[in-house]
Amino acid sequence: MTETELLMWARGPALQVATVIFLIGILVRILEILVLGRKANLAEARGSAVAGGLRTIVTRSFPDRGTLRRSTFNVVAGYVFHVGFFVVLLLFAPHILLFRDVLGFGWPSIPTQIIDATTIVTIIALLAVLVHRVQHKVMRYLTRFQDYVVWFVTILPLVTGYLAFHRIGLTPPTLIAIHILSVELLMVVFPFTKLMHAFTLFMARYYNGAIAGYKGVNS
Amino acid sequence: MSNEKTLGEVLRQQGVTRRGFLKFCAATASLMALPPAMVPRIAAALENARRPSVIWLSFQECTGCTESLTRSHSPTVEGLIFDAISLDYHHTLQAAAGDGAELAREKAMEENYGNYILVVDGSIPLANPGFSTIAGISNLEMLEETAKGAAAIVSVGSCAAFGGIPHASPNPTGAVAVSDIIKDKPIINVPGCPPIPVVITGVLAHFLTFGSIPELDALGRPLAFYGKSIHDRCYRRPFYDKGQFAETFDDEGAKLGWCLYKLGCKGPTTYNACATTKWNEGTSFPIEAGHPCLGCSEPGFWDGGGFYKAISMPTEDLTRTAVYAIGAGAAAGIALGAVNRARKARAVKAHEKVTIDDLEKDS
Repeated sequence: MTETELLMWARGPALQVATVIFLIGILVRILEILVLGRKANLAEARGSAVAGGLRTIVTRSFPDRGTLRRSTFNVVAGYVFHVGFFVVLLLFAPHILLFRDVLGFGWPSIPTQIIDATTIVTIIALLAVLVHRVQHKVMRYLTRFQDYVVWFVTILPLVTGYLAFHRIGLTPPTLIAIHILSVELLMVVFPFTKLMHAFTLFMARYYNGAIAGYKGVNS
Repeated sequence: MSNEKTLGEVLRQQGVTRRGFLKFCAATASLMALPPAMVPRIAAALENARRPSVIWLSFQECTGCTESLTRSHSPTVEGLIFDAISLDYHHTLQAAAGDGAELAREKAMEENYGNYILVVDGSIPLANPGFSTIAGISNLEMLEETAKGAAAIVSVGSCAAFGGIPHASPNPTGAVAVSDIIKDKPIINVPGCPPIPVVITGVLAHFLTFGSIPELDALGRPLAFYGKSIHDRCYRRPFYDKGQFAETFDDEGAKLGWCLYKLGCKGPTTYNACATTKWNEGTSFPIEAGHPCLGCSEPGFWDGGGFYKAISMPTEDLTRTAVYAIGAGAAAGIALGAVNRARKARAVKAHEKVTIDDLEKDS
């Protein structure tokens, strides 16, 4: 297989397969949770469950002061790599082209220098959380093999993307192919690991908020 | 054709001044990233070089490479150097035909055995030798025979270097590159569709000066010319970095000369000297004329997923796949959910309540 063929495979069949696994996997997992349903709450409602749920989705997205003080590193590094990841994913011109091709609409990009710097900061933040995870006694105790897998498939597209952008080490078509394949790996692994939190966290926050809202209290 | 005259004599005969000649040597040195101190050495070597014997074989090609080298513009020093080489066999350019032409090739091979340069343009069909023949000799046979006595082989154009357009899917003739057949000779790939004329004379000048082939990249291309990507040397690069793109061929961005990445430019994955050497006596190159780079000097450029599709875009219809996947995922999710519910209902139904009586039973 030549490098052009590898790139064509990554952009073609491999991307198709990864997309199918990604979408079916996510939908099955979400619907399995939703279809299971909950028992009807027979207690009289003292407030709006929907309003409480939606409010909690927003409020829980910002760290409360106590958590921020207790685990400053986790909160800061966590936010940095999450925000950085989405900035790089959603605002880099070549990525937007992909979204426009699939969704039918696009949005403006930001200068590549900013993307470049954000990538480095995101990679550093991800390395930092790994070091922290390994060094922190309790976190190490809580860590399972899957946590390392998830970390690895998350940092991989950033590193391969950085190498592809700067064309370090290999020829550009190979580097781009590796970058696309690394994203496809992330997509394939996504539905079967803790990466599902990207979707379920909103469901969980809504659910917590809805219970509290129904009872007429703040969560 | 006689090989007695030196290159210097031939050039002087053609009216090239000493000054013009030295300018060419300096330009060649700088193009090949050699230090200025090398200029006199290049000049001396070229001046005294006997005209190298060159056999030019054209296989499955369109003659665009020959056109590029011989007719690109009014005579220049590199054009004259090209003319000055003892082109003993080139079936498109030579006057001789039939047996006479083939005799010329055999004679040149015999007289300069081990020393001649073999230039090849066009790919070689392996599916059936009869697909492309010259004087009844198949391309494969002629290449193998001629390559035996060659000092070095220059694969001119993407067809000879990588298979090019004949090699494009579904490759009906089973076309391959020279390097797929010849393994025991130094091969210099000068890809491009067509390649830049000065690159071929640069390679020949290097060969005459140092008696060796220039430094090559992993794809066998002279690093001096193929060391940088079009993207890295593109004058429109600042627009790429700023995120200013032409969205169509006639929008405001296109008129302002913004980056052509979104129109499918292959500059980021293409290594060639177009952006610096340019074409038509340094007039411009495709991107300067407002067209994205096709990536013609890269292997398999014809099958690169479409000339007008950006590198980051999927090659197949991903939207349709995504819609089907969402449909299938929703159906599967609901079905599995229903199964889970049924299982839960069965479990509830099968549940037997334990009463006081049960507990008091003797067991």
